[in-house]
Amino acid sequence: MAVKTLIEAIRDGLREEMERDERMIIFGEDVGPRGGVFGVTEGFSKQFGADRVIDTPLAEALIAGVAIGASAAGMHPVAEIQFADFIMPAFDQIVSEASRFRYRSNNDWFLPMVIRAPYGGGIHGALYHSQSVEALFGHVPGLIVVIPSNPYDAKGLLKAAIRHPDPVLFFEHKGGYRLIKGDVPDGDYIVELGKCKVSRAGQHLTAVAWGMMHYRCLEAAEILAQDGITVEIVDVQTISPLDRATILDSVKKTGKCLVVYEDNRSGGWGAEIAASVAEAAFEYLDGPILRVTGPDVPAMPYNHAQEAAFMPNTEKIVAAMRELAAY
Amino acid sequence: MVSTAKRHAAKDAPAPPLHEALGLSAETLLDMYYYIVLARKLDERMWQLNRQGKAAFVISCQGQEAAQIGTAFGMAREKDWYVPYYRDLGLMLCLGQTPRQIMLSLFARAEEPNSGGRQMPGHYGFHKSHVLTTGSPVGTQFLHAVGVGLANKLMRQNAEIVAAFGGEGATSEGDWHEAMNFAAIHKLPVLFIIENNHYAISVPLELQVGGQNLAARAAGYGMPGVAVNGLNPLECYQAVKAAADRARAGDGPTLIEMKCIRLTAHSSDDNDRTYRTKEDKEADRQRDPVAFFQHYLHEHGILDEAKDALVRKRIDEEVEDATNYAETAPAPVAEDLMKHVYATPEEVAEWRSKL
Repeated sequence: MAVKTLIEAIRDGLREEMERDERMIIFGEDVGPRGGVFGVTEGFSKQFGADRVIDTPLAEALIAGVAIGASAAGMHPVAEIQFADFIMPAFDQIVSEASRFRYRSNNDWFLPMVIRAPYGGGIHGALYHSQSVEALFGHVPGLIVVIPSNPYDAKGLLKAAIRHPDPVLFFEHKGGYRLIKGDVPDGDYIVELGKCKVSRAGQHLTAVAWGMMHYRCLEAAEILAQDGITVEIVDVQTISPLDRATILDSVKKTGKCLVVYEDNRSGGWGAEIAASVAEAAFEYLDGPILRVTGPDVPAMPYNHAQEAAFMPNTEKIVAAMRELAAY
Repeated sequence: MVSTAKRHAAKDAPAPPLHEALGLSAETLLDMYYYIVLARKLDERMWQLNRQGKAAFVISCQGQEAAQIGTAFGMAREKDWYVPYYRDLGLMLCLGQTPRQIMLSLFARAEEPNSGGRQMPGHYGFHKSHVLTTGSPVGTQFLHAVGVGLANKLMRQNAEIVAAFGGEGATSEGDWHEAMNFAAIHKLPVLFIIENNHYAISVPLELQVGGQNLAARAAGYGMPGVAVNGLNPLECYQAVKAAADRARAGDGPTLIEMKCIRLTAHSSDDNDRTYRTKEDKEADRQRDPVAFFQHYLHEHGILDEAKDALVRKRIDEEVEDATNYAETAPAPVAEDLMKHVYATPEEVAEWRSKL
C-alpha cells in the first residue's frame, strides 16, 4: 500500500493493463513521447513502442472513430481526448455511433473501448479547458460514463472500464490529478462499474457528488462534523447508467438530499438525480432537494474573480448543508 | 462525365476483352451477372412493395450494382472487412446476405440479420461476414474503416484488409478527410470506395465537390487515387484488385472513385422530378450498368438468350420466395425494446473470462 495521487493511480492502472493485454492500444494527441499534456502516459511510448502508443493527428472525431473501428476488429483501444472541452468534434462518433453499435445491430456487434478525458475547472483553464461534460453523455443510453473521485477507485474503475465490452467514457478532474491523494494497494484489483458508493456515513443529510465535488463535499462534511451535523456522502462514480438504489437508500435514511455538481445548473446530471429522488423517495423527504452547482453561463471565465465565482467550493457547500440540515 | 459507350468502344477495338486480360473465367463472369441482376430485381421489387403500401421505406442501389459487385469480387470475400453505406445491396448479396434476409430487413422482421428490425432497410451490419454495423449519419463509416485497418495492420499484418464505401456526398464530411489522412499516415490497408452517383439527395456533383475530381484529391493525402467507370464491373474489379494487392503488401490505402449513375430518386420518400429533368434521367437510363454487362456477356459469347432466361427465371423465383417469406415472418415484439442497450452481467462475465 502506498499513498498516490489521482494521476499516479490512473497511470499505474493504464500501465498494468497495457502489460496484461497485448491487444490494448493507447492513442490521442501528444500521448506518445510527450506522455500527454498532463503526463498520464509518461514513459509509455518508450515501454510499449510507437505501435501501441500512438500520437494521432489533431482530430477528435478521428480519435473516437478509430477507437470504434479498432475495437470492432478485435483491439482494446483506450483513447485520450486532451481536454473534455475538445470532445465536441467527436460527439457524433460517440453519440450516434459508439453508443448504438450493440443496440442497432441487435447484439451482433459491440465495442470494448474507453475514451479518457480530463474535465473540470478552477485551474485557470478558461472557457475551453474547464468544462464538465458528463451530462451531455450521461443522457445517452449505450454509453457508460465514469468519474472517479479518488486514486483507489480511479485505478479500479479504469481497469473495470478497460475490461468491459461496452464503450466507457472516463472523465478525470484535472484539478484533482495532483491534489487528491490516497492509499492505493499494489497489484491488480477491480472496482465495479455501475455502482454508487457511500464514502462517508452520516445521519442528518445526504450529499450526492462525484469527482472534484465529492472531494469538496468531504471537506465540507468535516467542517459540519465539528458542529455535530453528520453528513452521509454518496460518491456517484458511475454517472450512467446510474445506480439510483444506493442514492435512494441513503436519502431514505437521512430524509434530506443535497446534490453538488460543477457543471451548469440547468440540465446538469444532478438534476436527474434530484428528479429520481423526488419520484422515488418523496415520502421520506423532510426538506427540499437542494443543489450547489455552477451557474448558467456558457463556460468558465479566465479571470480569477469570475472563475472563483463560478466554481462550487467548500464554503458554498457548507452553507447549503447547514441550510438543509436546519429543516 | 465519361460516356460508357465511348469508353467501351475505345476499349473494344484491338485489345483482348477486359475479362480475358483480368483472367476471369466465364463461370466467374456469370456469377457476377447473377448478383448484378439479383440486386436490381430485389431493388425493383422493394419499390413495388413500397408503392403498394407494404413497405415503409426503400433506399436503392440501382445504377451502382456494377460498382458494388465488381468491388466484392476484387476482395477476399472470406476474410476481408467491410464498412458499407445504405446503397450497398449488391455488395451485401455478394457477402452472403440472402434475398430472404434482404426482404426481412425491408419489412423490419425480427429475424432480420442487420438489426433485428431496429434499423431502416439498407443499414447493414453482418458480423459473420465482417460487415460493421452502419447508421444513417453520412461519412462516419470512413473512420470506423480506418480503425479496422489499424487493427488489421497491428494484429494481422495486413493479411485482412478493409473496404469503406460511401457516395460522393460523404466526401464533404470532415470525417472523410480525417480518415484519408490517418490511413495515409500509417499506410493502413484500407480501400476508400466512392460510388459517385452524381447526386446527394438533390444536390448535384457540381455543388458538392469543388473541381469535381475526387480521385485527384488522393494525391494531397499521399495515396494513389483512381477513377473508373462504375458502370462496368470489370473495370471496378480491376481497380479494386490492384488496390487490394497494394494494401495486403503493406503499401497502404487507395482511393477509388467509381463513376456511377442513380436510376431512382434518393429514396422512396424523395421526388426527383423537383430537381432532375426528364432528359437527364433518360440519359442515365441509356447507360444502365445491368444492360451494359448483359450486352458485354452476349457480345463475348458468355451468355446467350437461353442461359440469360434461366438466370432471370431463377432470380425471379428467389425474389418471389424472399418476398413471400418475409411478408409473413414474425415482427419484433415490444417487450424487446430495452434489450441490448448494454451487455448483460452474464455477457460482461463471459467477456472478462476471455481476456
